[in-house]
Amino acid sequence: MQPSLFSSVHLTVSQLTFHIRKQLENDPTLQDVWVEGEISNLSRPASGHIYFTLKDKTASLRCVMWKQDAARLRTVLQEGMAIEAHGRITVYEPQGTYQLAVNLIQPKGEGALYQEFLRLKATLEAEGLFDMDRKRPIAEQPRVIGIVTSQTGAALRDMLNTLRRRLPLVQVILAPSPVQGVEAPPALVNAIQSLNHLSPDVILLARGGGSIEDLWAFNDERLVRAVADSAVPIICGVGHETDFTLCDFAADLRAPTPTAAAELATQTTVDDLQDLLASYFSRLSSATLYLVAEQRAFVSALRARLKFGSPERRIQSQSQRLDELARRASSALQHRIQLQSNHIGGISKRLLSLNPQGILSRGYAIITRKEDGAVVSTLSQAHGGMKVRVSDGEFEVRSEP
Amino acid sequence: MAKTSKNLTTSELAIESLPYEQALIELESIVESLESEQNPLDVSLKLFERGQALAAHCSLLLESAHLKVQKLVGESLLPFEEESE
Repeated sequence: MQPSLFSSVHLTVSQLTFHIRKQLENDPTLQDVWVEGEISNLSRPASGHIYFTLKDKTASLRCVMWKQDAARLRTVLQEGMAIEAHGRITVYEPQGTYQLAVNLIQPKGEGALYQEFLRLKATLEAEGLFDMDRKRPIAEQPRVIGIVTSQTGAALRDMLNTLRRRLPLVQVILAPSPVQGVEAPPALVNAIQSLNHLSPDVILLARGGGSIEDLWAFNDERLVRAVADSAVPIICGVGHETDFTLCDFAADLRAPTPTAAAELATQTTVDDLQDLLASYFSRLSSATLYLVAEQRAFVSALRARLKFGSPERRIQSQSQRLDELARRASSALQHRIQLQSNHIGGISKRLLSLNPQGILSRGYAIITRKEDGAVVSTLSQAHGGMKVRVSDGEFEVRSEP
Repeated sequence: MAKTSKNLTTSELAIESLPYEQALIELESIVESLESEQNPLDVSLKLFERGQALAAHCSLLLESAHLKVQKLVGESLLPFEEESE
């Protein structure tokens, strides 16, 4: 193409580069764009900025992630990694190059995964799979704990150490299963169902931290339904505090980590049990001491009653009564004697007054027949020999017919 | 009364061989029996002695407990060997 004589514009390199920069940086599409590709030429100099090239089959794009954005990066970047990078196109004038200034990076497909996650969550939620009234209580002191996780991960080690520390009395049944990859969901479902046949008190469904793709098995519809259908309560501890999977919503209890799941499964620890034993021990002692004291008091009350009812007391009482009677008898006798004595006194006086001797001394005489001693008080009685008694003696007389 | 006679029959079991839960349940019922029921004194004292032995047994079981881990393979339970760190 021939340069046109009049319309051609003459510019310096700086002017042209500035013009290009203005064109690119005023284009709204280029200032807010997601770009998908594979990482190459990854470089992390000491400045803290990250440089790499995004490539696909036919083109490449230079990328820079400034230090402050790089610090917020959650994904660990690797050569060859397929990502989606968000940013704006800028021009680096000294080298006459354009580049993508990246502020967000997510593994490729994450956006679509997230959409799928939301769709499935809404569906299962509408079915009532996540309803609170479906949640069953977790046994406070389980005897058998089922664990569904990888046989080799740190998650299993963390859980076993936690259980060992908190409640070594429990029996653990591990149903090992892969926890990522396409084979993980059916294997996890199978592990949960197999454990259900053994009826443990609780099942811990767990996996250590990882990328959202690593955790994706726990958003699988088959597994989420198996968790909701499990007859045995399930505690789900997948990933880190900030990771939420659909299994977390379907489980009876969500734990932020595998270790926390093991803690939630053992609400009563061996220390609590020792405390309980100590309290039983003291209740046992005090109840028995009380019983013994009660019996002792009872026995001593009985002893008092026994003493009260003992014959000794009756004997004393009878003896006292005897004394009393004796005293009364004696006093009655005295009284009678006195009475009799008075009576006799009176009689004596009267007797004395009737003494014939008194009459004799006044000149009367008593005449008795000599033959039969009969008293002669009439003439007809007077015959034969008779005795005449006078005051100071007697003499004999004879009646003359 | 039924509870008391239950205690008396369970008390024939040797304490050393009782599993923790069973020992704890018996201990619990002995404590309740001593606290609430009128037993003859000699029965109470026997219950007390057995309760003490049960508490000591439980405590020992707690101190010496080792986490038992089994692995479910198919339908059988196998001992599980943890990897050493």
